[in-house]
Amino acid sequence: MTKTGIGASVKRKEDQRFITGSGQYTDDVSRPGHVHAYFLRSPHAHAVIRRLDIAAAKAAPGVLGVFTGDDLAADKIGGLICGWMIHSKDGSAMKAGAHPALAQGKVRYVGDHVAVVIAETLAEARDGAEKIIVDYEVLPAVIDTAGAQAAKTQLHDVAPRNTVFEWAIGDKAATEAAFGAAHHVTKIDLVNNRLVPNAMEPRAAIGEYDPGQGAYTLWTTSQNPHVARLVLSAFIGIAPENKLRVIAPDVGGGFGSKIFIYAEETVAVWASKKVGRPVKWVSDRTEAFLSDAHGRDHVTHAELAMDAKGKILALRVKTIANLGAYLSTFSSSVPTYLYATLLSGQYDIPAIYAEVDAVYTNTAPVDAYRGAGRPEATFVVERIIETAARQMGLDPADLRKRNFVRKFPHQTPVIMMYDAGDYRASLDKAMEIADVKGFGKRKREAARRGRLRGLGYSTYIEACGIAPSQAVGSLGAGVGLWESAEVRVNPTGSVEVLTGSHAHGQGHETTFAQLVSERLGVPMESINIVHGDTDKVQFGMGTYGSRSGAVGMSAIVKALDKVEAKAKKVAAHLLEAAEADIDFKDGKFTVKGTDKSVAFADVALNAYVAHKFPTSEIEPGLKEGAFYDPTNFTFPAGCHICEVEIDPETGVTEIANYTAVDDFGVLINPMIVEGQVHGGIAQGIGQALTEGAVYDASGQLLTASYMDYCMPRADNLPSFKLGFTETRCPSNPLGIKGCGEAGAIAAPAAVMNAMTDALGTEAVAMPATPQAVWKVAQSQQKLAAAE
Amino acid sequence: MAQTPKIAVAMTVNGQDVSARLEARTLLVQYLREGLRLTGTHVGCDTSQCGACVVHVDGKAVKSCTILASQCEGAQVVTIEGLAHGDKLHPMQEAFREHHGLQCGFCTPGMIMTAVDMAQRLGTPDEHTIREELEGNICRCTGYHNIVKAIDAGCHEMAKGQHRQAAE
Amino acid sequence: MYAFTYLRPGSVRGASKALATKENAKLLAGGQTLLPTMKQRLASPDHIVDLSQIDDLKNIEQKGRRIVIGAMATHASVASSALVRDNIPALAALAGGIGDPAVRHRGTIGGSVANNDPAADYPAAVLALGATIHTNKRKLAADEFFAGLFTTALEEDEVITKIAFPMPSRAAYQKFRNPASRYALVGVFVAKRGRDIRVTVTGAGSNGVFRWSEAEAALSKRFSVKSLEGLSISASGLNGDIHASPEYRAHLIAVMTARAVAAA
Repeated sequence: MTKTGIGASVKRKEDQRFITGSGQYTDDVSRPGHVHAYFLRSPHAHAVIRRLDIAAAKAAPGVLGVFTGDDLAADKIGGLICGWMIHSKDGSAMKAGAHPALAQGKVRYVGDHVAVVIAETLAEARDGAEKIIVDYEVLPAVIDTAGAQAAKTQLHDVAPRNTVFEWAIGDKAATEAAFGAAHHVTKIDLVNNRLVPNAMEPRAAIGEYDPGQGAYTLWTTSQNPHVARLVLSAFIGIAPENKLRVIAPDVGGGFGSKIFIYAEETVAVWASKKVGRPVKWVSDRTEAFLSDAHGRDHVTHAELAMDAKGKILALRVKTIANLGAYLSTFSSSVPTYLYATLLSGQYDIPAIYAEVDAVYTNTAPVDAYRGAGRPEATFVVERIIETAARQMGLDPADLRKRNFVRKFPHQTPVIMMYDAGDYRASLDKAMEIADVKGFGKRKREAARRGRLRGLGYSTYIEACGIAPSQAVGSLGAGVGLWESAEVRVNPTGSVEVLTGSHAHGQGHETTFAQLVSERLGVPMESINIVHGDTDKVQFGMGTYGSRSGAVGMSAIVKALDKVEAKAKKVAAHLLEAAEADIDFKDGKFTVKGTDKSVAFADVALNAYVAHKFPTSEIEPGLKEGAFYDPTNFTFPAGCHICEVEIDPETGVTEIANYTAVDDFGVLINPMIVEGQVHGGIAQGIGQALTEGAVYDASGQLLTASYMDYCMPRADNLPSFKLGFTETRCPSNPLGIKGCGEAGAIAAPAAVMNAMTDALGTEAVAMPATPQAVWKVAQSQQKLAAAE
Repeated sequence: MAQTPKIAVAMTVNGQDVSARLEARTLLVQYLREGLRLTGTHVGCDTSQCGACVVHVDGKAVKSCTILASQCEGAQVVTIEGLAHGDKLHPMQEAFREHHGLQCGFCTPGMIMTAVDMAQRLGTPDEHTIREELEGNICRCTGYHNIVKAIDAGCHEMAKGQHRQAAE
Repeated sequence: MYAFTYLRPGSVRGASKALATKENAKLLAGGQTLLPTMKQRLASPDHIVDLSQIDDLKNIEQKGRRIVIGAMATHASVASSALVRDNIPALAALAGGIGDPAVRHRGTIGGSVANNDPAADYPAAVLALGATIHTNKRKLAADEFFAGLFTTALEEDEVITKIAFPMPSRAAYQKFRNPASRYALVGVFVAKRGRDIRVTVTGAGSNGVFRWSEAEAALSKRFSVKSLEGLSISASGLNGDIHASPEYRAHLIAVMTARAVAAA
């Protein structure tokens, strides 16, 4: 390993600009003469717009334009789309209700977009919006996930019973048969609480129209600017792709919420032509709570069939997934192929059958949020196996060991083919780091202080490296999920890498450069990673689903292979040797068995000068591109162990210890990987203990700011104990599995298994806030007193 | 509606004297970002809780989203852009890089300004105190693990620097 | 934020005059509550009267057995004041636990007390310690000052200048924070001054800060945690929200009271 190569904890190149305040986030971009957009949002969860009077707003000081759904329709601007088709059990297509960027006659959630006001200043736009008169006929709201299908009110005409689809996976008959033969059946009811992603940078957009070119530019907070351009162009109809440039500059966190194509950027870019000025929109935090796509929101009943020896025979699951008022861009894939395909966990389960009903409610749309489906699956599997162990009087670690998949490849009953892993190794290592042996002593010591201490495991698995294009195409995806890369070697030997991946905190500028540095022997400072601009990078699929290492870097490897191959040809001419005799190592081309060599930079220069090789055989220049399509998902897995301590008097929970041992395959930059794990764990602990979006019965979001939505703070969390095991991923050239989501996937189950252990009951819901925990502790004390 | 009244405001920002005529409702953060184009100071919430906007006013950390520009009349304001001395980074900036105390970078300027203030008031606080002192700074990326490490290291570096200065 | 006219008087008199003569005028002290409220367009004063240039409002001094704190003293300056720490450490600790460090650098005692937010910390101390609120017009006892949610006995053109705290023999404040906002979900200040024992509760009452007279009576017999055993407060009249039901708040009041007595 070199000091900057694969496996080295190189300090991040991008940090210089962030620690000096020189980052360029979308709101930092200032365009000449730009004006401001403010969206008038629905205060009602469900209402018919009887009258919308914008005359006074149009006349307000500083206002340049006020636009409604009618204006978009007049310009033939299409609605927002959902790009993943799901079919119900009966073969029917999912019921996608129309999703206009600005309401057309009806609003369906608090925060839905009624009109936009464009003014010289934001304050004037907001002042103008207050002058819009809307006459609403308020309709009953459908809020409850589990009750949506039985509700009398219907959100979309196309979706009877507010049902988007009724989907299923697995072998129903085999599962029923296995349950018939079971020695023990564990049943569990779970709610996976709705979360708000809360990237610290709120969403933002600037649209600009160049009348000379007849072309638009959109700066936007996107995890995948090319997909945004494709959707805005091909489906929404803003402009042809060659007349629309999308730039996602520095992006301040995404966690899924910035994958999607929203109303605001659509309207901002469209309106820039209408008002003849660049239009800037920046979300405030309350708008973010109301209108960013939320995550999770499942209600699940699950049953696990066991034989007498503690071997799992079958799992059956019924989930109702709340997708909110409209189908967001990839919403339909989350509770289906990203969820139920992971229900086998790390276990050899002969039969699985899962049904998922997706429903509409008068709430913000729900889509992928860090982990996307996989945290929900892990929560079901890991909570039910822990419960089964307790019910059967077995040690939860032993029960897991008995059921781990041990032979690879392993075909699960729910599509996935696990390719490599060693689940026992990560469990053993985690138990050692967490000092599980000493837990009994710590629990007794806590009891002496009046505290309840509990320990919980989560041996999770996820499917990342999303994804083989043909495979996802057969499952309904509207796009392929390959990645592209282009490696441009400059004449002086410095290198630019153009990637379709997009960094919003992941440190690609460093890790991708490490790969290039190791392969070409070029110093880190001579390598630039270019991303996030559709005029620079030809196409790419963006960053989500822990795919940038496994897929994005694999594309770079492919391009580097081509660069190396071509450079060898040039070097062969320079060294007057046969191409087959050229070795390339440490930035030097050598002729095998001789001391004749030429440096990479000299080869690069000669490739451009083109004096020393026949250009009829070898083209001048040194620039290669590649598209890489993965051959399988990757399967990061590991074991997280959480230890909690509860003050039953107040209900306050402290995370006493948190241990994570993960197998991500090969690590490019362990420092960055650890950072990803830390952040994921924090979000998972947040889901378990502090976070939850709460709507009241009328559809008002009660948690619409940091006053009520409890973001984990530094004092809610401990320092984490991390460890790694490694089984190389066999399906990509670098052996990478991906690390971005593991923490958020593993942690909720680990924490809740610890909470239920401490409290002595399975009836503890997320988020286990002090109030909720106090209530459980109270009823447990009453139970104990009654006995 | 009549033109909203403007008032004259003068202050020192990162050592430079600046003045402007602003609407009275202009927040310090708006003046810094829009008026002076110092966009390192960020806005992450509307309720004074996230801390992405923390700057120093007369040597103390404040939330620039919760102070009017006019309240800073005559004040010494330091933003993230004013922390380094030329190319030489402030020890707290160095510590954040060294300990990977940032990911997306959005909360980072506020974190660093809060951390410098913390060091100035408390010297070298322990982990528990650092975590409590971060109550008004929210990060969604790092789980705070490395931020806490960075601040601990940065505080120690700053303390050493003071020793050096005292010795000189 | 709606537009307003900004005024910066150099004296309390000037401030009072502005309040009396300018339409819909509001005092701006530290602004840590007022400005967020205005940003959300929940308050729309036409005139803002900034008190920050009135220097003599920031002093902290000892007058006999009293610590007198200027209305514009920030939470940070109260928390770090040697006078306050030495003589009423519970008050210094309370100030040091308001909001976060940046908020404490701006927020003021006068602003907090004048606003009388039901989740604010200072009202609990002012009432428990039997403080006297000095204004440009008169002196008000704490018991007659607080008049319900966001309401005080202050008149339209009245400006708090300082607050005088008698030194207690024992005192402590225990706060249970709202997990999200970090404001007091329940805050209990316990103070013993001679035979006068006060237990005040903030964050919980639907009518703002209040005295828990049963606990005061119990502690008057003997100032010890034991005296509180079995004592509970009714949930009726307490706030309920997604973070805490009235019942949970009632329970926390008892717990925080016991913890405060133990710490005092």
